[in-house]
Amino acid sequence: MAGKTNDDALFQFLLRMGDNSLILGHRVSEWCGLSPVLEEDIALANTALDLIGQTQFWLGLAGEVEGKGRTADDLAFLRDAWDFRNVLMVELPNGDFGQTMMRQFLYDAWSQVMVGRLIKSGDKRIADIAEKASKEVAYHVERSADTVVGLGDGSEESHARMQAAIDYLWPYVGEMFDGDEVDAAMVAAGIAPDPASLREEYDALVNKVLSEATLKVPTDVFHHKGGRTGYMHTEHLGHLLTSMQWLQRAYPGATW
Amino acid sequence: MYAQLVKTAGTGVKTREEMSDEERNFQDRVDRDEKIEPKDWMPDDYRATLIRQIGQHAHSEIVGQLPEGNWITRAPTLERKAILLAKVQDEAGHGLYLYGAAETLGVTRDELTEELLSGRMKYSSIFNYPTLNWADIGAVGWLVDGAAIMNQVPLQRTSYGPYSRAMIRICKEESFHQRQGYDIMMKMAAGNDAQRRMAQDALNRFWYPSLMMFGPSDKDSVHSAQSLAWKIKIDTNDELRQRFVDQTVPQAKYLGLTIPDEHLKWNEDRGAHDFSEPDWTEFFNVIKGKGPCNVERMEARVKAWEDGAWVRDGLMAHARKKTAARTAAE
Amino acid sequence: MSKEWPLWEVFIRGQHGLSHRHVGSLHAPDEEMAIKNARDVYTRRNEGVSIWVVEARHIAASSPEEKGPLYEPSNSKVYRHPTFFDIPDDVGHM
Repeated sequence: MAGKTNDDALFQFLLRMGDNSLILGHRVSEWCGLSPVLEEDIALANTALDLIGQTQFWLGLAGEVEGKGRTADDLAFLRDAWDFRNVLMVELPNGDFGQTMMRQFLYDAWSQVMVGRLIKSGDKRIADIAEKASKEVAYHVERSADTVVGLGDGSEESHARMQAAIDYLWPYVGEMFDGDEVDAAMVAAGIAPDPASLREEYDALVNKVLSEATLKVPTDVFHHKGGRTGYMHTEHLGHLLTSMQWLQRAYPGATW
Repeated sequence: MYAQLVKTAGTGVKTREEMSDEERNFQDRVDRDEKIEPKDWMPDDYRATLIRQIGQHAHSEIVGQLPEGNWITRAPTLERKAILLAKVQDEAGHGLYLYGAAETLGVTRDELTEELLSGRMKYSSIFNYPTLNWADIGAVGWLVDGAAIMNQVPLQRTSYGPYSRAMIRICKEESFHQRQGYDIMMKMAAGNDAQRRMAQDALNRFWYPSLMMFGPSDKDSVHSAQSLAWKIKIDTNDELRQRFVDQTVPQAKYLGLTIPDEHLKWNEDRGAHDFSEPDWTEFFNVIKGKGPCNVERMEARVKAWEDGAWVRDGLMAHARKKTAARTAAE
Repeated sequence: MSKEWPLWEVFIRGQHGLSHRHVGSLHAPDEEMAIKNARDVYTRRNEGVSIWVVEARHIAASSPEEKGPLYEPSNSKVYRHPTFFDIPDDVGHM
């Protein structure tokens, strides 16, 4: 977009990173106390905690770059849906445990490739956040991949449910690799990679894991979009924000 | 406490003359503060009582995730969300450690879970109360965890080794829970009118249910006498309740909140506070399933268990396939 | 066959170079998941750097009745314990 300064683009980029982990972390935290088995409950909470932690870094830096004095909390709790920049996939409802874990894997795999590139970012602040997140993400993807394989190659029922999960989620995968002028600015500044350039590594990992899970990867290339640009979110995001932002909205200016 | 009204098996404390040689030897070990370990000889009633007590304690941790979990998605800041999530996760961990301790006594976690879901085993009455405003999350940490710690600290010295070790681990992790609760209360008490109202409202609703956590007076109970002799109970319910009230009164005062008991006052002669008993009719109703949230709590546990069956079975089926493939390759 | 995941005992070596120590148990369908679960359950506060898991049914344990023969012989070998030896204070720390 003509007239945008680099900081505008950087702000948008950071919102995309932060909103992805914020919204996914929120969704994963919804499982707390309700998982199929205690060990999974604890593991999922760890994932959610890591994601919330990453959110604080990304949105914290976003606020700094924006320069209007907004904190990570201000950005998380006081923006309306149209200002959110997460991909649609992470705002989808959890569905069953299989769908949650499939989404987690599809996201973790992207996140691993992305964070791996961001470690080499020309912006040291971003490289530092990526460095810290990379260790967490490496474990997340290992764990979610194991679960996808275990359930895909498990019982007849678990296999069927996991196939349904990938079929449902697949049309949301492509958005993670869409690029626009924000991304072009990031590439030009040596800050972040072109999203499309992550696809090959991503597909290799996803194909390997899903084939081990005896699941069929859908071939349709169509994908939904509108989350990372903010043009058109799903109906689900508004409901998520309604609960997440309730206290901050109902009691403006209070300290918690 | 987290284990309330645990019926002690047997007919009460036996005299040394009534004891068999094995029982005498066992009681001597307990009296010497030796830990009883899983493969050691123990009276059947000791084993049965421990399974009930540890099981109920574990169930309480798991059901206890629900009232606080109720606010995870509505926590007002990212940091509060992370702290609350970590705390509720700790509770899952505590349940896990305790189920593990119970499993050393010859019962499985699944068996205990079935007992909970069928209503044959209970969990603490406190978790049948709702969390209605954000200050409730503070009150739960401050009062409910505070009451729990009262009981759990002495239980680190309990006679059964695996139970004692679980309690040590739990107490170590628990220390942050009460503090984070009080920290929320401080923020609320120092906040705006609405926040102060939330804080007082939370204290009003959680005060008596917290006192109920210790269970009715058991000073004349033969069951308690036996559990005390076995050192699977360390203090009487009344002792713990008194300690809790004495500890909490100045904390409430510091917050500028009023404990909802007009008879509460310092008794110079006793060196302790006099206070009103909770409504024990309400307590027994809650235990019998008539608390404000009993139905929701059990529904949530049953749904999680049933919805999760295909996941547990699926992952197990995969593990068996892997083992079979590995064996075939050898 | 029971549908419950097998029980695993977890041993963790902390940061200070001591031996692996038993920390508790958990359930998992297989050993890979047992290690991952152990990481998630027992190292939430940076407790460990190395994890061992072993399925509980594979652990052979001494039985209490053998306590005498197994442990009593070492009770008489007091010289194995450092405090057996009187070292003059002048020698300094040993």
